[in-house]
Amino acid sequence: MSTKRIPHWADVTLVPLLSVFLAFVISAVLIWAIGESPWEAVKLMVDGAFGSSYGWGYTLYYATNFMFTGLAVAVAFQARLFNIGGEGQAALGGLGVALVCLYIPWPHWTLALLGASLGAAAFGALWAFIPGYLQAKRGSHIVITTIMFNFIAASFLNYMLVSFLRPQGSQDPSSPRFPDATTLPKLHEILGLFGIPFSKVPPVNISLLIATALCFAVWWMLWRTRLGYQIRAFGESEPAAKYAGISPARITIIVMLISGGLAGLMALNNVMGEQERLVLNAVEGAGFIGIAVALMGRNHPFGVFLAAILFGFLYQGGAELALWTGIPRELIVVIQALVILFTGALDNMVRIPIAKLFAIRRTG
Amino acid sequence: MTATTDQAARQETAAPSVPAIELRGISKAFGSVQANKDISITVQRGTIHGIVGENGAGKSTLMSILYGFYKADSGEVFINGARTEIPDSLAAIRAGIGMVFQHFKLVENFSVLENVILGAEDSALLGPSRKRARGVLKQLAADFELEVDPDTLIENLSVGHQQRVEILKALYREADILILDEPTGVLTPSEADHLFRILRGLKEQGKTIVLITHKLREIMDVTDAVSVMRRGEIVATRPTADTSATELAELMVGRKVLLRVEKTKAQPGDEVLRLDGLRLVDAQGVERLRKIGFSIRAGEILGIAGVAGNGQSELLEVLAGLREAEGQAWLRGEPLPLSGPECNGQARRAARIAHVPEDRHRRGLVLPFHAWENTALGYHHDPRYNPNPWRMDGAAIVADTAAKMERFDVRPPDPQLPAEGFSGGNQQKIVLAREIEYGPDLLLVGQPTRGVDIGAIEFIHQRLIELRDAGAAVLLISVELDEILSLADRILVMFDGRIMGERMADATDARELGLLMAGMEQA
Repeated sequence: MSTKRIPHWADVTLVPLLSVFLAFVISAVLIWAIGESPWEAVKLMVDGAFGSSYGWGYTLYYATNFMFTGLAVAVAFQARLFNIGGEGQAALGGLGVALVCLYIPWPHWTLALLGASLGAAAFGALWAFIPGYLQAKRGSHIVITTIMFNFIAASFLNYMLVSFLRPQGSQDPSSPRFPDATTLPKLHEILGLFGIPFSKVPPVNISLLIATALCFAVWWMLWRTRLGYQIRAFGESEPAAKYAGISPARITIIVMLISGGLAGLMALNNVMGEQERLVLNAVEGAGFIGIAVALMGRNHPFGVFLAAILFGFLYQGGAELALWTGIPRELIVVIQALVILFTGALDNMVRIPIAKLFAIRRTG
Repeated sequence: MTATTDQAARQETAAPSVPAIELRGISKAFGSVQANKDISITVQRGTIHGIVGENGAGKSTLMSILYGFYKADSGEVFINGARTEIPDSLAAIRAGIGMVFQHFKLVENFSVLENVILGAEDSALLGPSRKRARGVLKQLAADFELEVDPDTLIENLSVGHQQRVEILKALYREADILILDEPTGVLTPSEADHLFRILRGLKEQGKTIVLITHKLREIMDVTDAVSVMRRGEIVATRPTADTSATELAELMVGRKVLLRVEKTKAQPGDEVLRLDGLRLVDAQGVERLRKIGFSIRAGEILGIAGVAGNGQSELLEVLAGLREAEGQAWLRGEPLPLSGPECNGQARRAARIAHVPEDRHRRGLVLPFHAWENTALGYHHDPRYNPNPWRMDGAAIVADTAAKMERFDVRPPDPQLPAEGFSGGNQQKIVLAREIEYGPDLLLVGQPTRGVDIGAIEFIHQRLIELRDAGAAVLLISVELDEILSLADRILVMFDGRIMGERMADATDARELGLLMAGMEQA
C-alpha cells in the first residue's frame, strides 16, 4: 500500500541512486578491510572509466553490450516473462553474424551491418522462440527452459566452431577473421567526422548508436503502439488480457521473439564490432549482466540505458582497479554483486523508508 | 424465591454494567488515508451488535484493530472493563475474542477436528487434544445447533458448514466475544437463517456478538443495537428497535437513497440469444454446467440467481468467450461458436456482446493502467476508438474517455489517473461506461455492484435499465438476491450447474427463490 505513495520521479531516480550509494559504501568498507584505501579505489575507478576518452571508450563498449541484453530482459519482463536466456540468445546471435559475414560477399560495411543485424536478430529470436513456444503452448516454465537453452547454446556453438567454422589446421576453436568489408566504423572514426578527437584503442563502435536508438525504439513500441499496449496489458493481468481478446500464447511468442532478437543483436558489438570473428564464449556473461541491468533500470528502456552505463563503468573501472592496485579481481565481482543485490533484491530496504519520509512530509 | 434471587443475581452482574467491548478514541491512518477517526463504541455484554457501513467505511479496519492485526495510532480498548493491549491475534484470543472472517481461514485438506485444534494443541502429541476437542465439539453441537461431523475434511463441507467450523474454532478457544465479518455473503437464505438461530442461541448463553455487514435486512432481523460507520467515523449508534432500514441507509450514505429501483414493465422484443445443452467440465473433471438451455430477448433483463459457486461464473465466462464449452448457441439466429478459435473476447465483442466481468480488479481492468488505457481495453482494435492500425491513438482515446467519464459521473474525471486510484464504485463505472457505450445487443453483467457504495449502486442500476429500455438484452448474474429481484424482469435460479427454475420477477419473492437456490425442486 505505502509503496505506491512514492512520487514517480523519486521512484525512478532517488531509489536506485540511494541503492547504488549504499552498495558503494559497503564496498568501501570491504576495500578498507583488506588494507587498501577506498578513496584511492574510487578515484582509480572513476578516472579509469571516465577520465579519458580511452576509458570512456571501454565503458561505452561494455555499456553497449549491456544495453542490448538489458533491453531483452526488460521487454520480456513487461509481459512478466523472465527471460534468463540472454546469454544463449546473444551467443546464437554471434553465430548469425558470423555466418552472414563469412558466407555473403558484402560490398560495403553498411550493407554488411544490415545483413548482420538481420542474422543476429533472427538467430537470437529463434533461440528464444523455442522456450516461448513451449511456454505458450505447453506451459513449460520459461525460466527453466531459457536457462537450459543457455547450456545448449554454449555446446552448440562449441560444436559449430570446432567442426565447421574453424579454419582447417587451426588449433584455435574460432572462426576465420571476417572480410574487411564487414569492419564496422569505430567511435573515433564517427566522432572524427565532426572533428572530435577520441582514442583509437577501445573497441566501441557504431553499435553504440544502434543500441541507443533501440532503447528509444523499444520505449516507443511499448508505450505508443498497439502491440506494446497488448504486451503490457498481458504482463499486468493475464485474465484482463484474455478478457480483452488478447491471446496470451500469441503475445508470449511475439515478446520472446523480440526479446531474443534484442539479445542476439549484441553480437553486432562484440563479434562484428570488436573481435571480427567468432570465438568461444564471446558473450562473457553479458547476458546475465543484462538481468541486473534491467532490474536496476526498472525494466524501462531509459532506465536500462542508464543502468547499462553504470555497469559499463563498473566493468571498466573494475578492470583498472585490478590493474593498478592490490585489490583482487574477485573483489570487483563482489562490488558488482553488491550493486545487483542492493538495486534488485534489497529494493524495499530503501523504498520503504523513502515512502515513509514522503508520507511524513505530506501529513506533517 | 428462586426466581427473585436469580433476577437479583442477574441484576448484580448487570448493575456495574461492564460492557464487553469498549473502544475509546480509536484512530488509525494508512499514509494519508484516515481509516478510523476517533472511534468510540460500546458493545454491551450478551447482545448482538451490528456494524454497518459502505465498503471502505472502516469497519474491517476497526475489527482488525480489535483482533490485533493492526495497531491503532491512538485510542484504548477495554475488554470486560479492563484496559487491554492487543498487539497480535494471540492476545485477542487470550482476551476472549474470536473472529470469523469473510474468507475462511481453514486448512482445506484437514478434518474439522484438526482445524479446530490447529494452534490450540495442548501438547506435542495430538491424541489428547483430539480427544478433548471431540468432546467439546459434541457439547457445542448440542448447545448451539452447530452440528458438523468432526472427521469430515473441510473441502468436502458446504460453505455454510465451513462457517460453522470457524465459529466452533472460536468457541473451542473459549471466546466470549465473537466477531463475524460479512458472514452471509456466501450463504443461501436458509443457511443464513440457520446462522442467525445459532447467533441468537449464543447470545442467550451470554456471549457477545459483533456482526459486520452491509445488508440492512440482517441488521434489522438479528441485532439488538447497531452502529453506522461512514468515512472512518461512527455516525450513529441506535437500538435496533428504534431505527429502520431506510434511516440506516441514509446514515450510511449521508443522504436520501432509493432502495427500490424504479422501472417500467419490460417490452421484450426479438430473441437475441438462445442456448441449448450447454455443458462444461472443468480441468478436475467436475461438471460445472449441466445441460443448460434458455433464451433471452431484446429489451429484457434476465437475472440469474444462485449462491456463489453454482455455475453462474462459468456460464458468464462461456458466454463471454473466455472458456470453451459443449452445446449450441445462437445469437440473433446465427450459430455462436462455444469452442475453437472463434471463441474469444475479441470475436464476442465483434458480435456485439459486451461483458462487465464479475471481478473487475483481475479481469475488467488493468489496475496500473491509466483510465484511458482501460477504456480501450478490448476495444483497442476498434477503429471507432483507436483509428490508427499500429499506434495507440492517445489523444483520441483520452478525449473519448473524458466524455465517458463525464456521462457516467466518474470521480475524479481524470483520464490519466491509474485505475487503481479510483474507488470501487468509480472503477465499476469505468467498466460499465466502456461496455455500455459500445452499444451492445447483449450485455453480460456479473456482480455489477459488488464492492460498490450505495450511491453508485443506484446509478449503475439506472444505467442497466436504460440500456434495457434502449432495446438491448441484459443478462444479470448476481449473488445479491435483492439486486436480482429489483432489477431483473425474468429470473432463472441456478443450483449445482443446473437451472432449478424460472420465475417472473413480479410473481416471486426471496423465500421462493431461496428454496430454489438451495436446490429444492418444488419451491
